[in-house]
Amino acid sequence: MRDRFVSVVSTLLDEDPRSALVLADISAAAFEPAARRHPDRVINVGIREQLAISVAGGLALTGLRPIAHSYATFLVDRAYEQIKLDLDHQGVGAVLVSVGASYDGSTMGRTHMSPMDVALIDTLPGWTVHVPGHADEVEPLLRGALHHDGPVYLRLSTARNLSPYADAGRMTVIRPGTPGGPLVVAVGPMLRPTLAAVADLDVTVAYTHTPRPFDAAGIRELAGAEVILVEPYLAGTSSREVSKALALVPHRLLALGVGRDDLHRYGTPADHAGWHGLDAAGLRRSITAFLG
Amino acid sequence: MTVGTASRSEALFAALRRLTGDEKHQPSSHSTVDVLWVLYSRVLNVAPDQLDDPDRDRFLLSKGHGPQAYYAVLATLGFFPIDWLDDFAGRDSRLGHHPDRTLVPGVEISSGSLGHGLGLAVGTSLGLRAQGLGQPRVYVLLGDAELDEGANHEAIAYAGATGLDNLTAIVVDNDSATHGWPGGIASRFTVNGWTSSTADGRDHDAIEDALRTHGPHQPHVVVARVARKGS
Repeated sequence: MRDRFVSVVSTLLDEDPRSALVLADISAAAFEPAARRHPDRVINVGIREQLAISVAGGLALTGLRPIAHSYATFLVDRAYEQIKLDLDHQGVGAVLVSVGASYDGSTMGRTHMSPMDVALIDTLPGWTVHVPGHADEVEPLLRGALHHDGPVYLRLSTARNLSPYADAGRMTVIRPGTPGGPLVVAVGPMLRPTLAAVADLDVTVAYTHTPRPFDAAGIRELAGAEVILVEPYLAGTSSREVSKALALVPHRLLALGVGRDDLHRYGTPADHAGWHGLDAAGLRRSITAFLG
Repeated sequence: MTVGTASRSEALFAALRRLTGDEKHQPSSHSTVDVLWVLYSRVLNVAPDQLDDPDRDRFLLSKGHGPQAYYAVLATLGFFPIDWLDDFAGRDSRLGHHPDRTLVPGVEISSGSLGHGLGLAVGTSLGLRAQGLGQPRVYVLLGDAELDEGANHEAIAYAGATGLDNLTAIVVDNDSATHGWPGGIASRFTVNGWTSSTADGRDHDAIEDALRTHGPHQPHVVVARVARKGS
C-alpha cells in the first residue's frame, strides 16, 4: 500500500497544481523524483511532525490541498494538538496519510505502534477516515480525497485482504447469511481473518474501507439482533456509531479490535494479531462465544 | 507625525479603553500595541476591502493571549464595527480572550495555545511561494515566553535552513519567560540562518526600520524590547 501511495501521489502532484506533500523524513527517499519535479510542493521538514501538521495548515490557508505523511504514531498521536488547532480550529482540511498501522511495526516495539490513531481522529468533527484493505483501494481513495477540501485520514497497513473492494465506501455485503441473522462488520484488512473465522457460520459479513463517516443507514438495513464489529485499531472505536445507528432497535454488540494494553513485546504482526485475538482462531473464539 | 495619524492613534486609544473599560492604565500596558499599530498603519499591505486578496500581506498573531490591542487596531482601521468592542467575550461576542479567525474579519489565524503560529506562518509562506505569489510577506507575532514551546524551534530551524525569505517573525520581549533566554532571543534565530533586528518596542520609527530591514534568501526576526510586566 505504501508503494502505491508513493506512485499515486507522485502522479497527483504532476496533475494537480493545488496538491502539496508534507513529509517528516519518513518516505522522503521514495518521493525524491517527485521532489525534483516539484521542489515547492514536496516539502520535507525533517523529523518535525508538529511542524509538518502546522505547515499543512498554513498551506491550506493559502488555498493548497496538503497531504501530510508519516508513521501513525508520529503523525496523529504526537501531533494531535496541531491536528485539532492548526487544521480543525482554523477551518481548513488536509489529507493525513499514515503507515505503521496498529502493530505493523511490531519489531520496533510500542514506540512505533498506534492502535489509538482512529480513536484520536474520531474526537474531532467531520473527518473522513479511510482504512483500505488492499493496495488497489488506495488510488481511488486518494483521488477522491483530493477532490474536496475536508479533513481526511488515510490509514495504510502492511496487512491486506485477498481481493480489493474499491467501491466499499459504505457497508458492502461480501458474504450473505440468513436475513436478520448475526451481522459481522469487518473494517479494512480485518476482512481476511474475519472470513476465515466465520467460514462455516451462518452470519452476514459486510465490509467497508471507510469507517467515517459511519454508514448508519447500511447498518440499520443489514443488522438483526446481533452485531459484531471487527476493527484493525482500538477495540470499540466504532461502538458509539453502532449504538447511535441502532438506538431504537434492540441488539447485542460485540466490538473486537486491538486491546488497550502495552504488551511490551516485539515479534511479528501475526504474533500481535494472535495476542489481541484478531487472527482467525481468536476471532472465531470470540464470535462463537458471543453467539452462544 | 501628521494630524491624520495623530487622530488615528487617538482613535486607537479610545477603542482600547472602550474594549477594556480601563480608564486608569495607559495603552502602553499592552505590550504589543505599538508593534501592532506600526504593522497595520505603516507596513502591512492589508485592508478591510481585500480580506481574500491572494496578494495581501498576512499577519498572524501567534501570541493569542491579551488580544485587546489587536482587536482595537482592527476595529480602528475598519475591519469590523467598533461596537463589537463593547461585549468582550460575552456569550454572543465575536471577540474572545483568544481570537477566532472564523469569527473576526481580518484575523488570519485562530490562536491561543502557544507555539502554533510560527508553524502556520511557515506553511503560509511556503504556500504563497508554491503559487508564485512573490509580493506578499508573512508576519507572525510571538512573545518571549511563548518561545518556551518546543514547536517554535522546529519552525525556526526549518525556516532558516530553507531560506524562507518571505517570512518575518516578531518577538515582543518583556522578559516574561520563566527560565529566560541567556544570550538573547535573536541568537536563537540567527544561529539557524535568520537575519535579526532589535528595536525598542515603543519607538514607532525604530520598529518600522526593523520590520523593513529583511533581505533575500533568509527569514527575518524583529525582537521588540518592552519593559518587564509590572515594572
